Amino acid sequence: MPKILRAVAMERCIGCYSCMLGCARQVHDSLSMIRSGIQVRSLGGLTAGFEARYCLACSPAPCAEACPTQAFEQRPGGGIRYKEARCLRCGRCAQACPVDAVIMDRETGRPVVCLHCGRCVAFCPHDCIAMVDSHHHV
Amino acid sequence: MLNQGYARIMEINLHTRKCAVLEREDLVEKLGGSGLAAALYREYGLPGEDALAEDQPLILTIGPLTGLFPLMSKAVLGFKSPYSGHYAETHAGGRLALALRYAKLDAVIIRGQASHPVYLVLGDRDFACKDARHLWGMDTTMTARTIRNSEPSGRGRRSILRIGQAGENQVRYACINVDTFRHFGRLGAGAVMGAKRLKALMVVGDGSFPLPGADYQKLYRDIYRQVTASSAMKKYHDLGTPVNVLNLNGLQSLPTRNLQSTRFEAAEKISGEYFAEKLLLRQIACSGCPVGCIHIGLLREKFGEEHEYAYKQVSYDHEPIFAAGSMLGVSPGEEVMVLLEQAEKCGLDIISCGVALAWATEASQEGLIGINETLVPLSFGSTENYRQAMGHISSRSNEFYHLLGEGTLVAANQYGGTDYACVLGQEMAGYATGPVFFVSQALGFRSSHLDTAGYQLDQEKELPTVEQALEYLVNEEKQRLLLTSMVACLFARNIYTREILSSALESAGLSRFSGDLEERAAALCRERWQLKKDTGFEPSQVTLPRRFYQVTTLNGPLPGPYMDKLLQEYARLIEEM
Repeated sequence: MPKILRAVAMERCIGCYSCMLGCARQVHDSLSMIRSGIQVRSLGGLTAGFEARYCLACSPAPCAEACPTQAFEQRPGGGIRYKEARCLRCGRCAQACPVDAVIMDRETGRPVVCLHCGRCVAFCPHDCIAMVDSHHHV
Repeated sequence: MLNQGYARIMEINLHTRKCAVLEREDLVEKLGGSGLAAALYREYGLPGEDALAEDQPLILTIGPLTGLFPLMSKAVLGFKSPYSGHYAETHAGGRLALALRYAKLDAVIIRGQASHPVYLVLGDRDFACKDARHLWGMDTTMTARTIRNSEPSGRGRRSILRIGQAGENQVRYACINVDTFRHFGRLGAGAVMGAKRLKALMVVGDGSFPLPGADYQKLYRDIYRQVTASSAMKKYHDLGTPVNVLNLNGLQSLPTRNLQSTRFEAAEKISGEYFAEKLLLRQIACSGCPVGCIHIGLLREKFGEEHEYAYKQVSYDHEPIFAAGSMLGVSPGEEVMVLLEQAEKCGLDIISCGVALAWATEASQEGLIGINETLVPLSFGSTENYRQAMGHISSRSNEFYHLLGEGTLVAANQYGGTDYACVLGQEMAGYATGPVFFVSQALGFRSSHLDTAGYQLDQEKELPTVEQALEYLVNEEKQRLLLTSMVACLFARNIYTREILSSALESAGLSRFSGDLEERAAALCRERWQLKKDTGFEPSQVTLPRRFYQVTTLNGPLPGPYMDKLLQEYARLIEEM
């Protein structure tokens, strides 16, 4: 079964955003903070700690169900696969996501969502995020 | 971004509440950060006018490598200092540098004065100048909280700058707080915001860029590995800069009780080790830096008869600990944090504020000032009274505090005690290592320990010759200016060697700069000094208060003639630059 991304220890997060920058760089060929499947942010000011917002790998995925063109396809193990050529940029996926983990990129109009590829993990200096078996829950 | 062939600049006029966005190809040559800020002050600044004149600009800049590589995470603010009256720079980390990068702004220039308090919201496709009358008078913490609640956009990708009462009241060493815990700390930038009636500024970094060259990914990985594996960087995360407290105390170099001493008997109780073991809550990082050097301590304050506590989070570093600790005779760390928290809320530069209160304490002991002036009795170690005095400085409660808020020397010129006003261009930083440091801060461009790190030379086994010291200071300034034009955190100065810097520029599509960095740095140095001189700085007029000649440091009694010679020769070099 494919693995999925989980923020397993966000209490260790220092808010360096290396994961976000890593996703943008490696997955989206971009220098960006917003073009990232994982979004780290403070819980309300820096005194409150950090949270990570990312695809929770639903199965079935409501975003895939909402997608009218199958640009979002159900991924085995949870989450979705994205077929860019099919995407109308309608944004129904973002509306359907229960945890607001699909971001509509204002510049391209396309959805940005975690693909559970795990390429951000190597750039976390404190092992806050990990690839785990898909039945894992935090 | 510079590799697109231009610098993108937002020019804001607070009087009209409008902005213009310009794409300036000619400014690419100035790199960014320190170099770009100086070039923009040359163009927009009013060198001959008062620092708080309406149209004096505040100039925020980032650099060609900001957001592209680890620890390229600082922003520079260029302005005319209301403290010194000269062109000045102050640097800050936090979220700002990356927010500006992804707001697609290489620089922001703020001019004019608003008719009433305002705050600004900036983004790559956004600009708003909003009413801040409800925020005026609020401390920096509440200001940020209120803005966060009323501005939904860009959570996690934004940065909020704000001033406290000290800035509103134009205290000459009011700082600008950046994202809680970081600051444009020194030389009074907060007062410039106050004079403009600009309470806060929020930058949202929601834009994106295509990746630069093919080599970029690999170089990023290599540098990231080096940063996270390097023991040189680990110390910044572990104890952080307060590791210096015990080191300096052991070297008889920790300024104590207004520099009456260079050794603090309670140093262990304000040491990095003490903070780490008793008070450290966690470390956090600037955006784009995996090191995480920002140390947050937990301050627990009992407020009721029963077991009732309020808890606060306070960031600490070596400089604030020296200024609110040994310099004021305050210990243990918990007491120091009370003062750090007060400075944070008021929006005061804690270094200047601590040193100013240390002078006021000695002047009180000497009978030059009394309770009519200080309003609360000032004696070394009196934490609660110092906390109240910081409030008086911020609100400029009476004539004495008004003058003390102009700077320690201004107050000393009025009341006496200039011999022991610990001022080196501005209130001293936390290193009483010896003559090279004292001269290097007094004459350094930013009057900062970060200009040239003269304290390192003081710690050599033998005192260098004046010529050797000058060579070191001039070279160190040039190297650091290059880094602060990129804009790198200076903690990464050993990571970003000249070779790595060249590779980074090449991989970012800026190979045209990589071949002649030395010449560029030298030219930027000259331009920056010329600007400072054009705003009235006369190196030959700089003197050191008597106290600096009376200290005993790690190398014994201070060699006065050597220090005079170094001061004179360094001033001459700067004059000729």
